[in-house]
Amino acid sequence: MNTTWSRFNIASLVFGFAFLYLPIVLLVVFSFNESRLVTVWAGFSTKWYVSLFHNQSFIDAAWVTIRVGLVSATVATILGTLGALAMTRYTRFRGRLLFSAMIYAPLVMPEVITGLSMLLLFVAIGFDRGLWTMILAHITFSMCFVAVVVQSRLVTFDRSLEEAAMDLGATPVTTFFKVTLPVILPAVVSGWMLAFTLSLDDLVISSFTSGPGATTLPMRIYSQVRLGVTPEINAACTILIAIVAVGVIIASIANKRREVQKARDEQAAARN
Amino acid sequence: MKSLGSFRRTFAPWNDPAAKPFIAIENVTKKFGDFAAVNDLSLNIYNREFFALLGASGCGKSTLLRMLAGFEEPTAGRILIDGQDMRGIPPYKRPVNMMFQSYALFPHMTVEGNIAFGLKQEGMPKGDIEARVAEMLKLVKLERFAKRKPHQLSGGQRQRVALARCVAKRPKVLLLDEPLGALDKKLREETQFELMDLQMKLGLTFVVVTHDQEEAMTMADRIAVMDKGKVMQVATPAEVYEAPNSKFVADFIGNVNMFEGTAAAVANGKIDIAVAPENLTIRTDAASKSCTVGQPVGFAIRPEKIRVSRKQPADPSINSAHGELYDIAYFGDMTVFHVKLESGRIIKAASLNAVRTVEDPLGYDDMVWVNFDADAGIVLTA
Repeated sequence: MNTTWSRFNIASLVFGFAFLYLPIVLLVVFSFNESRLVTVWAGFSTKWYVSLFHNQSFIDAAWVTIRVGLVSATVATILGTLGALAMTRYTRFRGRLLFSAMIYAPLVMPEVITGLSMLLLFVAIGFDRGLWTMILAHITFSMCFVAVVVQSRLVTFDRSLEEAAMDLGATPVTTFFKVTLPVILPAVVSGWMLAFTLSLDDLVISSFTSGPGATTLPMRIYSQVRLGVTPEINAACTILIAIVAVGVIIASIANKRREVQKARDEQAAARN
Repeated sequence: MKSLGSFRRTFAPWNDPAAKPFIAIENVTKKFGDFAAVNDLSLNIYNREFFALLGASGCGKSTLLRMLAGFEEPTAGRILIDGQDMRGIPPYKRPVNMMFQSYALFPHMTVEGNIAFGLKQEGMPKGDIEARVAEMLKLVKLERFAKRKPHQLSGGQRQRVALARCVAKRPKVLLLDEPLGALDKKLREETQFELMDLQMKLGLTFVVVTHDQEEAMTMADRIAVMDKGKVMQVATPAEVYEAPNSKFVADFIGNVNMFEGTAAAVANGKIDIAVAPENLTIRTDAASKSCTVGQPVGFAIRPEKIRVSRKQPADPSINSAHGELYDIAYFGDMTVFHVKLESGRIIKAASLNAVRTVEDPLGYDDMVWVNFDADAGIVLTA
């Protein structure tokens, strides 16, 4: 393989990274700006972070976002896992194709349509819009992502593990909790994280389905931006980026370590 | 007294009319759609027996095993284990344990955890579980590996964990699905004897599914040879080999030279078989077979029962045919000669290399006589 750095390679790398990260770097840099103007650098300061933490409406919105995220991700994970189980285990029930199409439909459905249809439904049944309608909507659209992630793990799951558990005297319920779930747990956890992230940064569906008093952080930021970008928003975004980055880095380090350890164990096992 | 095979068998409950079978499979059929994987099959397996289901892949042996374990329900017929009808009893309530071909070790549990799993389901007290796990680890010589996870073990060690896990519950019957299939040849041979010792020591009934006839012959008290969902023959390894009841079994087990002919003369259990292409009459001495003159019969003879000599034997009761030495396969312990008769038929004859040096050895293109005694082969009417 050619590993020398040609000019073309370097140029495409620089442009690629710049394209991806320059806006984010700018956003982070200007969150530490002394000036009120977002585009003019006037020295380093953390005052926007301080003022952010004194801005009650931001704190409230963050709190709503986290609650919606936690509840909807958890429920979506349970439902999505059940859906994935149904899809992989009962391969011959009537209407399976329809069921799978319906599970996957939200993946490709424009968010505006999902949001609007949800809104119409809640209005039609007279459900007061607020935190819970938003949670329900988030569950609906993130469930299918969980189902996809978990299903891809279940396809390669060795069914004889479950048979072995039952053969050893475990009831189907015990088998699920003691054998199936622990084995597919990494996929379930990443499904949960995906659902949580999707819920955190959703704007469109939240806007359609939320009601008075339930404003998420993205909605808050969006409405604020329409009145003009303040460094406070930069600060809020920087915090969000930091949280996501730390999460991703920890997850990938843990993953890498596990892989290395597993490879080492297998080599050791082959030797003795 | 003459007997089939090279050793005397002391354990033979199947010959005792008073013995009650431990597993009774009665007219069991299993259909998947229109395909009958197991077709009206009946079989008795006795307590403490090491029983092998032998057949090519797709013969229904694994389906039968899975019906014993409770993973499949028979479409028709019934299965009794220790007198109890197993219909409708789920796998987790059956007195059997199964060792899976893939071992199916729980990857998230240690060796100890795997072995203890079944005991925990029984609700056994913690102290007893620990004692039993320690005992099992000792039995399979894996004490040092108790805290390891399955992926930290070699193939042979995983196999022993799987074995320990399914015997830990002291089941009445142990079902083994290709227990040695994933091991390499050397390890497989050692493990065969370990399994036999274990079965003897624990006094369990073993039902093994295998496609490897050597494995079945080595380990089993009796073998059921299966084909297309049916049992072709159930007998001891020696009987299956020396007295197959059909052309299928004769052909399936070991090597065989097969002749098709018609009964030319029948007297006192001695049958002369006329084989058309060679214009040959094979004189046989098969006291137990009955057939009528003119009936088409088969004749099967194992290569090691055939001698190859330069001169025709003088004794007229010895069957012989003239041919050319066409191919020689030297295996070290034995040599297989392929002799081409004048009709073009190839006869395989094996001879044990019991001595290191041979005076005037046979070579390619030598003209030789293949010859065998009247009682060396099997007359097949089915």
